Amino acid sequence: MTTATAPTTLDRRWPEAGVTRVPFWAYTDPQVYEREMSLIFCGESWAYVGLEVEIPHPGDFKQVMLGDRPVVMVRDEQGAVRVFVNSCAHRGVKFCRAPWGHVQHFTCPYHQWTYDLQGHLRGVPFRRGLKHQGGMPAEFSREEHGLEALQVTVRHGVVFASFSPHVEPFGDYLGPTMLAYFDRVFDGRALRLLGYTRQRIPSNWKLMFENIKDPYHASLMHVFLVTFGLFRADQPSAVCMDDTGRHACLISRRGEQRATPDTADIRNLREDLKLHDPRLLDPVREFPGDVTVVLQTLWPNLIIQQQSNTLAMRQIVPRGPAAFELLWTFFGYADDTEEMTLKRLRQANLMGPAGLVSADDSEVMKLSQDGIAGYTEAAGVLEMGGHGTENTEHMVTEAAIRAFYQYYRHVMGF
Amino acid sequence: MVVSLELRCEIEELFAEYAAVLDAADLERWPEFFTDQCFYEVIPRENYDRGLPLAIMRCESKGMLRDRVVAIRDTMMYEPRYLRHMISGIRVTGQTSHGIAVEASYAVFETLVDELTRVFNVGRYLDRIVHEAGRLKFAEKHCVFDSVLVPNSLIYPI
Repeated sequence: MTTATAPTTLDRRWPEAGVTRVPFWAYTDPQVYEREMSLIFCGESWAYVGLEVEIPHPGDFKQVMLGDRPVVMVRDEQGAVRVFVNSCAHRGVKFCRAPWGHVQHFTCPYHQWTYDLQGHLRGVPFRRGLKHQGGMPAEFSREEHGLEALQVTVRHGVVFASFSPHVEPFGDYLGPTMLAYFDRVFDGRALRLLGYTRQRIPSNWKLMFENIKDPYHASLMHVFLVTFGLFRADQPSAVCMDDTGRHACLISRRGEQRATPDTADIRNLREDLKLHDPRLLDPVREFPGDVTVVLQTLWPNLIIQQQSNTLAMRQIVPRGPAAFELLWTFFGYADDTEEMTLKRLRQANLMGPAGLVSADDSEVMKLSQDGIAGYTEAAGVLEMGGHGTENTEHMVTEAAIRAFYQYYRHVMGF
Repeated sequence: MVVSLELRCEIEELFAEYAAVLDAADLERWPEFFTDQCFYEVIPRENYDRGLPLAIMRCESKGMLRDRVVAIRDTMMYEPRYLRHMISGIRVTGQTSHGIAVEASYAVFETLVDELTRVFNVGRYLDRIVHEAGRLKFAEKHCVFDSVLVPNSLIYPI
């Protein structure tokens, strides 16, 4: 099993125009999807698994999906984080059924094969047979039938895993710029878990990444964000990528609720809107510098959200070409005051499946899929800000989406 | 818990009105079911059961309920839809000087205009109800939903 092998060659040609076009079959073709699961989610990538704070004690575990593959994240007796497949080495049963919990060991419900917290096979009932009948062959070795373990890396409390033994070190995988933004939120402080929310969005998983790499739409569609200045094209902003283009950050600063000549195209700016209870949006500065929002997209399955004081991991779990689940884990820091925790919980109204901002996105992603599915030979246009994939000091650009597809084509062989 | 027939009728009437207002998407009337200092949340059961505070809708006053309504009406972008609330098993679980504790099960069906009706959100209400100016109002309403995986977006209140 381990690393992925590419499915048979696909009879698909990317448009001549390169990364300024995305063919619509990329969002609909089951064979493309199958190849993505192998080469992207289970290939040479570090996939986000969870936060250490979710499994504080030895024996604590959490179920996770990496692409199509169920895995378990568990803390072993020595305190190390382990990630292994949630598929019994005997007949493939998904042995761990609870979404999270605490165990001494894992036992498959089917034939009661038992594994320790490192995934080693410890018990096989009737291994020696019963009344001198049956049992495993004498040469059967428990050592050869443990659970397949993934490579694991933990940085400042965040757990990533890879099916590939050849994946590069995590620091190299992110590159210096992305690592610095990662460490901005995860600076080594202990985290406090605030809770989860999950949604199933009826669109291709790549549209989620496109959305968070697309500052152009944010200034237009998200009236709430725009009106209250949380993310707006007239603010000093930036889009930056790593050297490969697979990761990106959207960076901006909060502005005033005021129309200016620069906001003339932003028809949705509502100067008249006033909150009845301003506590809903009462952010305080908590990170160095004057940047107030950084949305970081990390290949292949993670968005790190810092919008004012609301912090969340958004984990992408594809469910076929036309659907994905978005799993949100909201957190703060262990040393937050109760007032700060309240701010985070109130500002969470902006995000999640009922988010005053992010519900716009889940709705429009469905409309994208609805509009794409019938026209698979057509292609999307990505020319805002030119044709390049370079870092940009403004929001009127689709450069980060082009960069994403540049790397995507490289991995997928298109 | 022994509750007078009159109070039971009054509580049932409150829930029936509440459902009717939401099903009609008569959102401007929704905050009026609550006290000024109310607490309203829609929270996944997996958080509630573990004591994790994160809700997907959290309003700490009638003002925040109104802000939610303004956002739904004026700022959010979403597909048209109908919701239908089925509320049952209404029972009083406690009565103190702080109000009446009431629990009920609910199921919300969602109909997008070009799709089959689906079960959208299922859970229970954990409420504290008080008398205010001769009317029953919600001082607290916790919508704890079992269906933790939300089908796309949750636009309207539960």
